[in-house]
Amino acid sequence: MSKKTLIPIGPYHPLQEEPELFKLYCDGEIVKDIKWETGYNHRGIEKLSESKTYEQIFFLVERICGICSSSHPFAFANAVEEIADIELTNRAKYIRSIIGELERIHSHLLWVGLAGHFLGYNTVFMWAWKYREPVLDLFEMISGNRNSYAMFKVGGVRRDIENSKISVIRQVLGDVKRKTDLLTGAVMDDPVIHARTKGVGILTRQDIIDYAAVGPTARASGLAIDVRKDDPYAAYPLVNWKVITAQAGDVFAKAEVRLLEMYESISIIEQCLEGLKKEKEGDIAVKIKEIPEGIGNGRAEAPRGEVFHFVQSDGSNSPVRHKIRAPSYVNIATFKKSCIGQTIADATISLAAVDPCYCCTERMAAAYDSNSGDKIMNANELINASVKRTNEIKKTINSQL
Amino acid sequence: MGFKNYCFKKSLWVFHFGGASCNNCDIEILDCLTPRHDLERFGILLVGSIRHADVLLVNGSINIRDKERLIEVYNQAPKPILVVAIGACGCTGGLFTDSYTFAGPVDKIIPVNAYVPGCPPKPEAIIAGIIKLVLNA
Repeated sequence: MSKKTLIPIGPYHPLQEEPELFKLYCDGEIVKDIKWETGYNHRGIEKLSESKTYEQIFFLVERICGICSSSHPFAFANAVEEIADIELTNRAKYIRSIIGELERIHSHLLWVGLAGHFLGYNTVFMWAWKYREPVLDLFEMISGNRNSYAMFKVGGVRRDIENSKISVIRQVLGDVKRKTDLLTGAVMDDPVIHARTKGVGILTRQDIIDYAAVGPTARASGLAIDVRKDDPYAAYPLVNWKVITAQAGDVFAKAEVRLLEMYESISIIEQCLEGLKKEKEGDIAVKIKEIPEGIGNGRAEAPRGEVFHFVQSDGSNSPVRHKIRAPSYVNIATFKKSCIGQTIADATISLAAVDPCYCCTERMAAAYDSNSGDKIMNANELINASVKRTNEIKKTINSQL
Repeated sequence: MGFKNYCFKKSLWVFHFGGASCNNCDIEILDCLTPRHDLERFGILLVGSIRHADVLLVNGSINIRDKERLIEVYNQAPKPILVVAIGACGCTGGLFTDSYTFAGPVDKIIPVNAYVPGCPPKPEAIIAGIIKLVLNA
């Protein structure tokens, strides 16, 4: 048996801003095996959600992930609206789609920047993040906050996009489009980027099917899956757009898909703005009396892929069960395919190519790794933590009485 | 002003510790370094190792798993070190105080020099916090 070197990356390292631990088992410079450990980011959101009302949960699920902070509320709203059988007003649908697509633009720009950073191309990082700023300004104008927009509620949206703002949004979008042209040109024509990303971290169509990957990761391998088309929600069936795919499945194809998707997003927003003009101002939400008993499944296409929320209601004002599945949860598993056989230097960009979002992924407290025997956190420890917490809360409540 | 504090007057090197956060504060911290806000013009630089750092930025609620690592990182830091808690979660635990994994807030685990509240704080707020920190160091 050949000797393998273990290279641990993380959990707190400069590569990515979130904590995660990668273990690369290398033979010389070639990565032979990869393991990853998460859990540094687990916040127990599903459990917390059971103790909150439907209105409060929107603020909670928004904070699952800061980058896709409209996708989770989107999926949750879809789930709850399925239970209560609510039909939205057109204006609410358009506003929801606008927020979702603006988020896709800023998320993809963010990824392009980070990818450049991982390749040692800091110019791309600085450019992409500079061009991302106007989008955040739009968010600030629409919702009052640069991230975590708090725009969603059951039956509609919380704030209107007044018709007077439409021209400003158009203008900024035109600006973003020009900058994106510039960036796309610079990225797509750069020989160094070609050399570093073409043929690196290839995922074949079959790999994607085997690992059930979603989002741009799947679309870059020629699989046209997109919740917006497959299970239309909000205003997506009302506008014209196409699903972007590429065939190569390497890092370059993933970058290409993301860059081209930004143009689609811009076009969707423009059509939504046009639609917004025809609808009555202020008609943004329907009144909800109560959430009946039942179960609902909500899906939404986040910038990284499909977000899935399952909500079970018993007719009270908070759910009995709330299950969340984020896109990175399945996409991260493709590392097994994309990184093995690469050099260490290429592993970095292959890891980054699926745009992994660990705070989305941390839905489940992994209890035990049966293969390696690595203890992550066993069930007893979890239960003890929970019991301890209850006791503490009891104590504080008793002392207040 | 002592000699140690005098050292903080010039270029601060920052190490970023993201606890169990939602990524919002993390990207706003990175945002501070990009062209619009450009913290680097004050000599502030994000470094890869805590052993090179003057400032430890902590954001996110701290869960059971992060807690020991945060203490470890703090112990490895060259002293004196300035600790800044960023965001609602870093300052108090925020929304996640009732969670079964919550082990924070940061100031219960390590001493904190400055708090920047907000969910997430705007880059301007982070810059203001750091400037205050430098002026009062």
